[in-house]
Amino acid sequence: MDHKRIGILYLSTTLVFFCIGGIEALLMRIQLAWPDNHFLSPDAYDQVFTMHGTTMVFLVVVPLLLGLANYLTPLMIGARDMALPRLNAFSYWVSLFGGILLYFSFIDGHAPDAGWFSYTPLSEKGFSTRNGLDYWALALLGIGVGTVATAINLIVTIINLRTEGLTIRRLPLFVWMVLVNSFLIIAALPALNASLVMLLIDRQLSAHFFLNLGGGSPILWQHYFWAFGHPEVYIMVLPAFGIISEVVPVFSRKPIFGYGFVAGSTVAIALLSLGVWAHHMFAVGLGHAWDYAFGASSLLIAVPTGVKIFNWIATMWGGSIQFTTSMLFALAFLFSFTIGGLSGVTFATFPIDWQTTDTYYVVAHMHYVLFGGTLFAVMAGVYYWFPKITGRMLSERLGRVHFWLMFLGFHMTFFIQHFLGLDGMPRRVYTYPNLPGWGAMNLISTIGAFVMGISVLVLLANVWISLHSGEQAGDNPWNAWTLEWATSSPPPEHNFNRVPPVRSPRPLWDLAHPQGGRA
Amino acid sequence: MRRFDTAKLAVSVFVASEAVFFGFLIAAYIYYAYFGATGPGPTAGNSLNPPRTLFFTICLIASSGTLWMAERKLAGSERKEFRLWLAGTIFLGAVFIAGQAMEYAGLISGRVTPERNLFGATFFTLTGFHGFHVLCGLVALTIFLILTFVRGFGQKEVSGIGAVAIYWHFVDVVWIVIFSLVYLTVWL
Repeated sequence: MDHKRIGILYLSTTLVFFCIGGIEALLMRIQLAWPDNHFLSPDAYDQVFTMHGTTMVFLVVVPLLLGLANYLTPLMIGARDMALPRLNAFSYWVSLFGGILLYFSFIDGHAPDAGWFSYTPLSEKGFSTRNGLDYWALALLGIGVGTVATAINLIVTIINLRTEGLTIRRLPLFVWMVLVNSFLIIAALPALNASLVMLLIDRQLSAHFFLNLGGGSPILWQHYFWAFGHPEVYIMVLPAFGIISEVVPVFSRKPIFGYGFVAGSTVAIALLSLGVWAHHMFAVGLGHAWDYAFGASSLLIAVPTGVKIFNWIATMWGGSIQFTTSMLFALAFLFSFTIGGLSGVTFATFPIDWQTTDTYYVVAHMHYVLFGGTLFAVMAGVYYWFPKITGRMLSERLGRVHFWLMFLGFHMTFFIQHFLGLDGMPRRVYTYPNLPGWGAMNLISTIGAFVMGISVLVLLANVWISLHSGEQAGDNPWNAWTLEWATSSPPPEHNFNRVPPVRSPRPLWDLAHPQGGRA
Repeated sequence: MRRFDTAKLAVSVFVASEAVFFGFLIAAYIYYAYFGATGPGPTAGNSLNPPRTLFFTICLIASSGTLWMAERKLAGSERKEFRLWLAGTIFLGAVFIAGQAMEYAGLISGRVTPERNLFGATFFTLTGFHGFHVLCGLVALTIFLILTFVRGFGQKEVSGIGAVAIYWHFVDVVWIVIFSLVYLTVWL
């Protein structure tokens, strides 16, 4: 029940699901490699894209960030463990159970096939007669309960177990983001759970919450799902912001620029994210007043997000930047996430959304945010904290190969999808006619996906080699400043023999410079 | 460095997430009852019995009072009185659940079910999840009552009872909202 072991369980489980979700992505890209292809049947294709999306969102990105938070939060605040270790174990196992339930649907004959947001009435019994959607709803309920439990645990841990002197203004920014994120989970995840139980009651007890028949409302599902789903987007990115806010200062050898703004803008993003859900529904026809309101609130989110981008750039400005693999991924995050952010702004302008919604432009946008954003940040975090977790360094040489393959493969796959989308190629359709350019663009995208696939193999090789014969890391290989580097690598079960005193956000820097002075 | 009681803080955050959950179920009830159409068939007006439910509501509200008394006795280390008030709380909660079971039996035998129309669906979803929460609270309170005999009154037990009390009062407040919204409006 040690938080470090549970954290490692989370991370290794998500690695398995990441590989499964990645294989599903490759299956789709093979099917789409050329026009009029019949590698996958339409029915199989629907199952694969649904499982890919559901897996990546619920079984990879969220638990990956929760796993990192689980491992790092107690170490970063100088605590012995999470506040509620047994609840912590419960969260992990109930989420894993959800994941197994989701994949059991294949064994039962038919996986869910209504997309990761399962719009009603398509996801209702009359249209999805087999059990796939029931597995989907039950799996997500399990994962939802586990996620809420982890959020409760993280909040209590951060509020109650900070070491002496670690005030809220000295909290490492990663912990700051985890705290805000946990509150966002508390506010948003229950909406998913409520929607899921209503869907299940529809499917199992023949009610019609979300069926037009008898006065039900399919639109209500969209409202409820996105009331969860849009905050979820930020739940998937805020901890990533936290990782970047740790990695960039350390490898620029400068304290973060504008600590208060980085932390405060996170709170602003979290609050705003609760009021933008209907921008997923511009095509529904809610009326102009709603469209204006949700367009405006969505545009507002660009402000605190932009503040962060400027803070990170200003942190690097004039620093002596060390281009480690971790830093390369952090820079790739800045680059890709900014592109994803800008295409996001185009969606908030709803007349543009009417043209681009449900096309590959959306697919490109959300992969720029989730893969180019969150996953690149997580990679930065993996290269940064792997030495702490295992006691061994990852190879920088293999790391660079991994980085460049993943970076180039990613942009090759997804940049071109902006153009496919603007040209009108719809998402979630198993094949396409041979329109001018579509075949070539899709083939490039598919090749890019395989380059990314190879990059993951390089990462796995790097991890494998490092675990067997990697260089010993020592306590603090990066000369970092936060508390997790003040103990051995890997840390002992009780984490710290003695927690150093905390007088600033950079306790280890203070320790190395007892006389004070500038960075 | 400890700032708050861990169990109480954890349950308070949990209760916040539960409030969001019930918020969405309540919103669905309001939406279909007042803004959409529940369809022909049963409604709150023609199938519920508000005076009878008022009696069980009073039992549930009273159980919050008895639990509060139990906590005061616990703070004053009056163990026997504490156990009596706690047992009283469990009894009142059980009466509420029995009342709900009777109500459900009557409705279902009168063919008021989730599949009939949206009143049935929203009513059973909302009150069913509330009843489930009361049941969970009863289980927790009973466990603590037993623990006071088996393990005595350690720091862990005392803080646990405080945490369950927060949950119990919350479930009570949710019922006051549901009762006002679903039953009292019949008299409007």
